[in-house]
Amino acid sequence: MKIIVSIKRVVDHNVQVRPSSDHSAVELAGARMSINPFDENALEEAVRLKERGIASEVIVVSFGDSGVQESLRQALALGATRAIWGQLPAGLEQPDQLAVAKLLREVVQAEQASLVLLGKQAIDEDAGQTAQMLAALLDWPQATAVSALEIEGEKLKLQREVEGGTESLEVQLPAVLSADLRLNAPRFAKLPDLMKAKRLPIEPFDCAAAGLALGPRLRTLRVESPAPRAGGIVVSSVAELVEKLRHEAQVIA
Amino acid sequence: MSTLVIVEPGSHPSASGVARVTRQAVTAAQHWGQPVDLLVLGHTDAAAHTHIAGVRRVLRADAPHLAQPVAEDVAALLDGLADDYAVILSAHTSLARNALPRLAARRDVGMLSEAVALLGPTTYQRPIYAGNLLATVENTPGLQILTVRASRFAEAALDGQAEVQAIVAPAADGRARVTARQSAGGERPELGLARVVVSGGRSLGSAGQFNAVLSPLADQLGAALGATRAAVDAGYAPNEWQVGQTGTVVAPELYIAVGISGAIQHTAGIKDSRVIVAINQDPDAPIMQLADYALVADIFEAVPELVRQLPAKV
Repeated sequence: MKIIVSIKRVVDHNVQVRPSSDHSAVELAGARMSINPFDENALEEAVRLKERGIASEVIVVSFGDSGVQESLRQALALGATRAIWGQLPAGLEQPDQLAVAKLLREVVQAEQASLVLLGKQAIDEDAGQTAQMLAALLDWPQATAVSALEIEGEKLKLQREVEGGTESLEVQLPAVLSADLRLNAPRFAKLPDLMKAKRLPIEPFDCAAAGLALGPRLRTLRVESPAPRAGGIVVSSVAELVEKLRHEAQVIA
Repeated sequence: MSTLVIVEPGSHPSASGVARVTRQAVTAAQHWGQPVDLLVLGHTDAAAHTHIAGVRRVLRADAPHLAQPVAEDVAALLDGLADDYAVILSAHTSLARNALPRLAARRDVGMLSEAVALLGPTTYQRPIYAGNLLATVENTPGLQILTVRASRFAEAALDGQAEVQAIVAPAADGRARVTARQSAGGERPELGLARVVVSGGRSLGSAGQFNAVLSPLADQLGAALGATRAAVDAGYAPNEWQVGQTGTVVAPELYIAVGISGAIQHTAGIKDSRVIVAINQDPDAPIMQLADYALVADIFEAVPELVRQLPAKV
């Protein structure tokens, strides 16, 4: 079984982001970038399936500028068997989720993969849409926010995170899954593996040649910091707190 | 054209039989100034939903496979309805997050996740980077598909008189099937949707104390329980209680932070709460600057005292 893992290169979660000076976008210049944390869970799960002999290949795919090659090499060091880089055509440097899903569909079909793993959302845009969109475009079943996974033949038995608990599902392959943080604890890349990965090939994917209508449906007009909360007050006792909650904030009876 | 609001089955309806987030989503749906219909799935009480003010019709799709629906079936059902609607929206619930992107791809349109403000017919504001930034986003004209952060909208009244219309759902897709559903919080409301959230940090000291100190307060307030990442990592609380950038982003009416210092990772996930209370021994903890009401006190004394002074139930 071939597995495709889609990874997105995002601003590292320890970086405090801010708007660009003209408020047209997020200021990315010089920001430390890493693989989206949820995508690391997706990759880890795929690598484990390969280690257990269930997957034959783990193909990692990323779309973006030349910087994504570094993330792809890291994924190779973490156990992916092949890496595909889709360089985005001019004017499509910021593809929306539907555009990425359309590009991924091309790769999945060309590779004849039967399982696709993605993170449940990217921590930059927090949309959480790409896996479901890809599943729709492929007309495959889906499961999002997966926190436990077992494969029995052509059937997946999995759990997914839903409000207030978990849902158990059975899903037929081929399928698209998105990973929750609880799915696993991703390994760290070892230095020798990182060195080895530097010499491994990265296969190009020609996004323009696919001839897809990728024009973004969504356009970001403005990015700003949220208004700071108005400063609060210090109360001196539990009694004063209860009085304020009741009469001033009116959140309790 | 009209607007369709999707109702999540079993989203802890109140005594009225209608979930608070549904009433809030209906208010958001009035933004387009066109008739609003509701879609209820499975065994959800359609009649109760006819009382929501501003609703024209309640579409009832009562098929066995929609009682615990999968995204495949909900997207197929909505695809069949979408020609009659200019807008399809929902509160940002598990089902909507799962099914609406699938619908959007089937219709070849974009989708807006968790809009916090509706600015124009196709323009929205939504949080990015876990709420550290706000983006104003324009969607392409045509069918609008979105989820909204329900707590940003007032609850619609319950004095309406909509009609119920039964609709026929497509047969189950069958390739994905729900086999069980396990509730983590027992009787407590869902963390992401609760009106009140009581959260604890590592200074609770142990899983036993976390429970002993915070549960009575959560019971008293009908609140969901939350925890910081540090408290989860220390094993005081289960992972699904984690509030923050890598857990659940919450925006309740009242957020009570007990023994929480206020790491950026955590505060990013609570900033949208209407009222934040912090109880902490350390007056210099960052959370004390963020809180509307900060009480400098020993949490092990102040919280039981708070339970004693609160009304029996709110």
